[in-house]
Amino acid sequence: MTADTTTSPPTGRSRPTLRTVITWTAVAVVGAVAWGMIALSRGEDISAIWLVIAALGSYAIAYRFYAKFLVRKVLRVDDRRATPAERLDDGVDFQPTDRRVVLGHHFAAIAGAGPLVGPVLAAQMGYLPGTMWIIFGVIFAGAVQDMVILFFSMRRNGKSLGQMARDEIGPFGGAAALIAVFSIMIILLAVLALVVVNALAHSPWGTFSIAMTIPIALFMGFYMRVIRPGRVVETSVIGVSLLLLAIVGGGWIQDSGLAGAFTLSPETLAICLVGYGFLASVLPVWMLLAPRDYLSTFMKIGTISLLAVGVLIAAPVLKADAVTSFASTGAGPVFAGKLFPFVFITIACGALSGFHALISSGTTPKLIQKESQVRLVGYGAMLMESFVAIMALIAACILEPGLFYAMNAPAGFLGATAESASTAVATLGFTITPQDLTAAAAAVQEQTLVARTGGAPTLAIGMSEIFSSVVGGESLKAFWYHFAIMFEALFILTTVDAGTRVGRFMLQDTLGNIWKPIGRVSWKPGIWATSAVVVLAWGYFLYTGVTNPLGGINQLFPLFGIANQLLAAVALTVATTILIKSGRLKWAWVTGVPLAWDAAVTLTASYQKVFSDDPRIGFFAQRERYADALDQGKLLAPAKNVDQMHAVVTNSTVDGVLAAFFAVLVIAVLANAALVCWRAVRAREPLPSTETEFVESKLTAPAGLFPTAEERRELAAVGAKSGGGDAAP
Amino acid sequence: MRLARVLGGVRWYLRELTGENQYERYLRRHGVTHPQAVPLSRREFERQRVDRADNRPGSRCC
Repeated sequence: MTADTTTSPPTGRSRPTLRTVITWTAVAVVGAVAWGMIALSRGEDISAIWLVIAALGSYAIAYRFYAKFLVRKVLRVDDRRATPAERLDDGVDFQPTDRRVVLGHHFAAIAGAGPLVGPVLAAQMGYLPGTMWIIFGVIFAGAVQDMVILFFSMRRNGKSLGQMARDEIGPFGGAAALIAVFSIMIILLAVLALVVVNALAHSPWGTFSIAMTIPIALFMGFYMRVIRPGRVVETSVIGVSLLLLAIVGGGWIQDSGLAGAFTLSPETLAICLVGYGFLASVLPVWMLLAPRDYLSTFMKIGTISLLAVGVLIAAPVLKADAVTSFASTGAGPVFAGKLFPFVFITIACGALSGFHALISSGTTPKLIQKESQVRLVGYGAMLMESFVAIMALIAACILEPGLFYAMNAPAGFLGATAESASTAVATLGFTITPQDLTAAAAAVQEQTLVARTGGAPTLAIGMSEIFSSVVGGESLKAFWYHFAIMFEALFILTTVDAGTRVGRFMLQDTLGNIWKPIGRVSWKPGIWATSAVVVLAWGYFLYTGVTNPLGGINQLFPLFGIANQLLAAVALTVATTILIKSGRLKWAWVTGVPLAWDAAVTLTASYQKVFSDDPRIGFFAQRERYADALDQGKLLAPAKNVDQMHAVVTNSTVDGVLAAFFAVLVIAVLANAALVCWRAVRAREPLPSTETEFVESKLTAPAGLFPTAEERRELAAVGAKSGGGDAAP
Repeated sequence: MRLARVLGGVRWYLRELTGENQYERYLRRHGVTHPQAVPLSRREFERQRVDRADNRPGSRCC
């Protein structure tokens, strides 16, 4: 790369010093050695530390070189230009905020259960494919998408992805993107709720702890509103203490006479969640949503940091194979299908997540002080999310493979007892004795671990292994297990609350175009009706997932992954279109190559899900198999009666139609965008810019996490310590 | 002294992240833009701040 003074603004580029060269060479060498250890060791145990080193080394190189190249050459950030936060500062939506605070906000908004659950399920293919996709996927696709969308939205006063799709691709593309976002949200909420149901079913300890979060949140809301207005930190400290008490209390409840009241079946839990989602959507935000959000943000950041420290201290050994035979046979019990495309679909959020584009074009672009900070906030936050995914993968891969499959294969395959599960796991080629399986459940004080699908219980077992080897040993294992369950369930429920509300607003907004009153945000019947539609929509998929004899996660998770990755395709399409329309065809590969890969993976997966002859993979082949058996009056395992047979037929039909529908929507957006790009390339004159006008910036703030020497001098010159707004101490 | 600085930094970060500092920010802003008018009380300000969120839910990701 040579310095290109004509296109890039002066960002203070200087010759690298010898020290810099040596440092970065060392980082590269250490990272490469770690990759060599992971990729080349076969048949011998390998320490999880190598995964951590390979990840951190790769992130450092990518952040320092690739992200910097993107920011300078492709996006051409310009710190002389005022950001919307500076220009439109109204103290409400737009306000220039310290970059480290924006990073915290953005990370808290994008990090959820996805990167924790996906890699756990993908461990079915072995640790190597997952690790490689999580790291390379984030560097070349996920983090690029987040940063580029953030930047383009920021140059357009914080426009949403849907608005950008409409402006850049056209009304058809915009409408398709809107429908895609809404339907994807419904599937997402259903699958996440299903993860919670599977984690809490028949577990009085977990159910009690999670149930207690509701009174705790109500108390916090009341405290912040009436007793000590606005004292969020103080309230959160009280809330987190109560939360820890609730986890300990769950252990007492389990041993008491109240255990029966909190031992709920999956069906009951599903109905409770639907009711809860409705209430959270119609109640004022201060009562439930806002306090829960603070609670879950603190738990999220705290537990993830704890896990990182735990992995480093415990340095556990990976017990899973590097690549399992399921990668090539496609006959895995957790999810069906071969490595390509299904490992990419399953990992989803930890490497590339379409949902992040909604956050990157939401609140975040309205807070950024300086354009160059998109590298830290957009690219950096996604690297952190990817690191969370690596830790989740480690937690799953340190378990004995026998235990992993006994927990993650569908109940219909494993049977209900430790003995039947042990026999079923043996048919997969792994061993776990019924005694070991019972002992593993007893160690975390759960009745059973058989078929605890959804990823959350597996992750919790892995985390309890790691934490208990650092603090507390065997005696605290049960506490750590339920701590991990609580942490996951808590922020899944926060996503369910917020998602239901967002879905309700989208519905109100759209329906408001047809019939005015329903669009009014203060008209109660409208709020109730639209909230009910949204919760019933995801509630339907949740309930079918809970009752599906084939296993809800096995059936629905691929749909969730496909939906999320297709949303990423929409976001990358918008980004590529903007690059081409603004005369940067030369750089269009930056988002164009990830788009091509993502489209290939996801459309292949959709195609197989719709057209495959293999009933384990293709929804319609599965439908046919069960429908034929019904016609002949036969029952097919794992269905136990005619009703279950009918359930499989209906679910397979709905899921197949949805998979086809998602794919058609995205193909439509892609085709429309290709047409727009073709016209843009053929146009004789450059197309009019859709960016806002240049306004000179008056703020001074560093670009990266730590200010450079030059930035320090600039800050000192304007008399600020750390940047505009409220200076850090 | 070093510890005090670190703790101060943590406190600053948490207050910024949770928006606890927003009222002080508002007072400063109000003092510049409407020096004559009486600013909202903290209770009233926080009420308005959280109630605004009623109609603009922040998305939380998977």
